[in-house]
Amino acid sequence: MAVRSGGIGGRAASIGVWVVSASIVGYAFIFGGYLSTIVAFALIYAIFVSGLNVFMGLTAQVSFGQSAFAAIGGYSSAVMTTTYGWAPLPAMLCGLVAALVAAFLIGFPTLRLKGHYLAMATLAIGLIVYEIAVEWESVTQGYMGISGIPPLGVGSLEATSDRQILLTLSALTVLVAFAMSRIRQSRLGRAFAAVAGSEEAASALGINVARYKLVSFLLAAGLASISGSLFVHVVGYVSPEVFGLHMVVLAFTMIYIGGLGTVAGPIIGALIVSLLPEMFRGLSESQDLAYGLTLIVILIYAPKGLVGLAKTFDTWRSQ
Amino acid sequence: MNAILEVRGATRRFGGLTAVDSVSFDVPERGVTAVIGPNGAGKTTLFNLIAGSMPPSEGAILLSGNEVTTLPSEARAGLGLVRTFQLVKLFQELTALENVKVGFHLRTRGGLIAALLRPRWQRQSEREVEERAKALLELVGLSAIADSSASALPYGQQRLLEIARAMASGPRVLLLDEPAAGLNAEESERLARTVRRIAADGVAVLLIEHDMKLVMDIADEVVVLDYGRKIAQGTPDAVRRDPAVIAAYLG
Repeated sequence: MAVRSGGIGGRAASIGVWVVSASIVGYAFIFGGYLSTIVAFALIYAIFVSGLNVFMGLTAQVSFGQSAFAAIGGYSSAVMTTTYGWAPLPAMLCGLVAALVAAFLIGFPTLRLKGHYLAMATLAIGLIVYEIAVEWESVTQGYMGISGIPPLGVGSLEATSDRQILLTLSALTVLVAFAMSRIRQSRLGRAFAAVAGSEEAASALGINVARYKLVSFLLAAGLASISGSLFVHVVGYVSPEVFGLHMVVLAFTMIYIGGLGTVAGPIIGALIVSLLPEMFRGLSESQDLAYGLTLIVILIYAPKGLVGLAKTFDTWRSQ
Repeated sequence: MNAILEVRGATRRFGGLTAVDSVSFDVPERGVTAVIGPNGAGKTTLFNLIAGSMPPSEGAILLSGNEVTTLPSEARAGLGLVRTFQLVKLFQELTALENVKVGFHLRTRGGLIAALLRPRWQRQSEREVEERAKALLELVGLSAIADSSASALPYGQQRLLEIARAMASGPRVLLLDEPAAGLNAEESERLARTVRRIAADGVAVLLIEHDMKLVMDIADEVVVLDYGRKIAQGTPDAVRRDPAVIAAYLG
């Protein structure tokens, strides 16, 4: 009877998932090279997906438009550093503020919409920001993109080598995961869970549903913006394609493979989904097939993602 | 005794149908008030008008003398008018204890910064919430299943859990929508005990109920509806002998 069958607490279950994630990053750190680049991108995605997870996992809302906020962060970083000569950190902050303002202006009217309407509205936001990135050539240089973006750094400290980048991103990912776990077990996290569980019951308990949806949306947009900035500083280049619809599709895959609503899910999901295509590279023509099949098999046998699978294993072992 | 909740000529029409027709009554600051009536008498509509799920076509709802007629349900909850649902609406993904902790939302503070930095006052507040949530589970007799997922509980326990969660928000008036529906005799008896304890603690309880036995056991005052109109009001004994009530239920 002591078996925990649910809830937002739960800790022991995901230790295995953390160990696997840390091992992947550690392996990339030691052996470096191409794998290190893949893992670095995966960690940037992990931050993006963690933000999406606040909105989709904790608050149970749908957004297809998070790439818009990554684009706002990425382009702010690119333009402020290359055109205006700002340092990366203030440029990132500028992007963060811009993304939050945009999210507020968009979220305030649309979060009153429900279900499909909200999803459609957010999809439109992603497409609109993409079009702006293409058309506003005087600032974004259109399809050409912006190159020569400086690497991450504070003052004279710069993350230029693969290992420095990996270390910086790992630290940020751990920080985000820590923040996520604190949010989940707080008054704020409970309000999100209440909105996710039943909007009617939440408002019957005095929870302002529209307000908490907005807060959740802003958190997701903020993390999306930071991940967009990180991406352009790591790669040194930005173009509209970077923040296309494929980014949203990939993020959705990661969140479901990892485990919706969990702290470790976005991280293991981002790592596994980024590494799978590399594992199947040897299969040449059938690699897409193998990739797709693996994702389907994971979702059939672990419908609650890899973290859900770990929890099931824990429950089974303790009986 | 002073009235904490006043229903003044509440009317609700749906097209040509008048579901609730100028109903007036008071809920005193203490005790259990019950609204009863045969199927289709307008009980649920009246409940929704009081809880704030739908606005009345005419009439007013007053809480502690202030009009709340057009306030949404979360604003009414902030003023101490808290409801439960006929079809239990728990947060299924959360444990029983976590469900009750959500109920403390109105009585606690703390947003993003407090969540991230967890200052001392926040840790203190979280400890209090934990303790008081456990005390409420104790009150409804669910301490043993505090860590079970809400969705795993049998229906009767879900009902009691929802009442504990509503109590967490510190209501002055607790609205119960057919709390005995779907309960067996034993669960129903446990519910009655719980409601009596809540009323004894000084919370005004207004319940809408189909189960006459429960109402006669725990209500201090009974309001009887038929075809949307109030046909009688009084103590359970007086109402039981009222010819209009007998006619409505038997005829």
